[in-house]
Amino acid sequence: MKYQANKDGFYGEFGGAFIPEMLYHNVAELKENYLTIINSESFQTEFKDLLKNYVGRPTPLYHAKRLSEKYNATIYLKREDLNHTGAHKINNTIGQILLAKRMGKKRIIAETGAGQHGVATATVCALMDLECLVYMGEIDIARQAPNVARMKMLGAEVRPALSGSRTLKDATNEAIRDWISNPVDTYYLIGSVVGPHPYPDMVARFQAIISKEMKQQLKAQTGNEYPDKIIACVGGGSNAAGAFYHYLDAENVALIAVEADGLGVDTGETAATTQVGSEGIIHGSKTLLMQNNEGQITEPYSISAGLDYPGVGPLHAHLFKSGRGTFLGATDNEALAAAQELTRLEGIIPALESAHALAALKKITLQANETVVVNLSGRGDKDMETYMHKLNS
Amino acid sequence: MKQLFNTKKNILNIYLTAGYPKLEDTVKIVKTLASNGVDMIEIGMPFSDPLADGPTIQNSSTVAINNGITIRKIFEQIAQIRQTVKIPIVMMGYYNQVLQYGANAFFERAKVVGVNGFIIPDLPLQIFQEKHQKQLEQLDLTMTFLITPQTSDARIKQIDALSTGFLYVVSSFATTGSKSALKQEQIKYFERIKALDLKNATLIGFGISNKATFDTACAYANGAIIGSAFIKALENTNDVKETTARFVKGIRA
Ligand SMILES: Cc1ncc(COP(=O)(O)O)c(C=O)c1O
Repeated sequence: MKYQANKDGFYGEFGGAFIPEMLYHNVAELKENYLTIINSESFQTEFKDLLKNYVGRPTPLYHAKRLSEKYNATIYLKREDLNHTGAHKINNTIGQILLAKRMGKKRIIAETGAGQHGVATATVCALMDLECLVYMGEIDIARQAPNVARMKMLGAEVRPALSGSRTLKDATNEAIRDWISNPVDTYYLIGSVVGPHPYPDMVARFQAIISKEMKQQLKAQTGNEYPDKIIACVGGGSNAAGAFYHYLDAENVALIAVEADGLGVDTGETAATTQVGSEGIIHGSKTLLMQNNEGQITEPYSISAGLDYPGVGPLHAHLFKSGRGTFLGATDNEALAAAQELTRLEGIIPALESAHALAALKKITLQANETVVVNLSGRGDKDMETYMHKLNS
Repeated sequence: MKQLFNTKKNILNIYLTAGYPKLEDTVKIVKTLASNGVDMIEIGMPFSDPLADGPTIQNSSTVAINNGITIRKIFEQIAQIRQTVKIPIVMMGYYNQVLQYGANAFFERAKVVGVNGFIIPDLPLQIFQEKHQKQLEQLDLTMTFLITPQTSDARIKQIDALSTGFLYVVSSFATTGSKSALKQEQIKYFERIKALDLKNATLIGFGISNKATFDTACAYANGAIIGSAFIKALENTNDVKETTARFVKGIRA
């Protein structure tokens, strides 16, 4: 239990709920109800049924033979890219929408950067016939047009965040403000293991299905449920939290988190929070974030919109500080090369976010008998324009 | 501050964003507010991600940050203000700003330049108790917490017990700057608070924008706080002194 949140939502010294009083009631309502509801039999029955028959779980654990040969190790890919809507994000939105329904909420709001979480939210809202409003930075709306179109087709309203830097962090601010103004009927469906307690813990629990399946699948395929290493990319950290969850206390399993270095950690154009950030408070959570010495939150950069967040969830801050996690980075170019490589070796086009995790294979020492799982958090369809533009030039 | 609340009714507290509209306007504006009969000043520390604030204050904060405002600069401005202005001054900002400055140093410096208290909306009660309450008591500085229409009576009492100076009564479900007349349900909520017989004075804020809303608020509390409406008035002015004086006269008329 060393790596689980305590009752106040602290992972070591990180986490908690640093929120204005206007949010107190909403967050308290959620905190008081989430565990009872998610542990109830009716919730679990419906959740499992939807994950199986709607999302398409369990996702395969695929032994990538050509990739393994190349890196001289036994490499498995956890195929979250095969989920409905193309990424791990839907594990969380299915969970939270069932919770919202049981709490009697009528209106769903969400923030999105790349649009993956927005699409996953709009999808479950269509499924459950709930009103859906997605906040998205004005700049992201322009650069993620296909996902904006998907959200609209699914019936969601996409509202531009016009404040601040007009990207994910500002979309999150706007969603929080909306929640402050509509505390009774509205449910805020956060897309990663960030925000005030209980969100980081709740989202991690919904994503934990990834490592739960991984254990069973490794056992079936190799006879040993413990791999040597698990690699996942970290934006806010939800896919990594899910991939690590059931291995947190298995200290022999190396947990490798890969952040986006952008143009390079020393260039100022980066999203590598643990490398350039410091302790502070962002979106109601005490964690590591990118800021100047005045405490103003600075703008991250990555080619991958899903990793373009100036913080990491409190669990990851704790994994970083305690040394339980190993934090690496991959630059834009390293991620692009890794995407190209996987595509040609295995016939799988990964999301740019997931390509950062793949790029870490070059940065770690591997032995022939080692088992490594890379969490392939999403598919690359949404990134085709970037790939066409960058890989042909 | 105690004296103010003990001796005066209809207290007018005006919020301004430090370093807005121009970096050096803060001192001028506060002096003009004070000489026009404002009772209390709330100086906002501009933050990049002000969750409790609406678009008006957020935009003014962005402008002020781009103007080059810093916490150190705000302390310098307050020190200058204190050469002539005697009314209570509280600083309003977000906890991350305090943490990055270094909380102990922040509160000590604030005391030295003549600040009387603080409003830090995202500072949890428990963290305040554990980490800061003692220091503020020693420095004789106040900490104001917020209450909202959704805060239960039991919690209001808990917040009242921890607060010093005054309680900030958030008028509605909203971030700062949302505009509307004060509705019947808000009046009920004000009456509920009044009936609780709290130890602290109360100031109503959020959505207080003109004489009518100010007067209504004063009927149910010790006074009110005006922020966004004042910032809006400053938006396009080329004479901050004249605009400030006219704004206060409009409320006090
Ligand atoms: C495919 C994919 N992977 C990873 C992420 C990063 O989010 P997180 O760190 O919460 O998993 C995103 C976010 O949009 C994503 O779409």
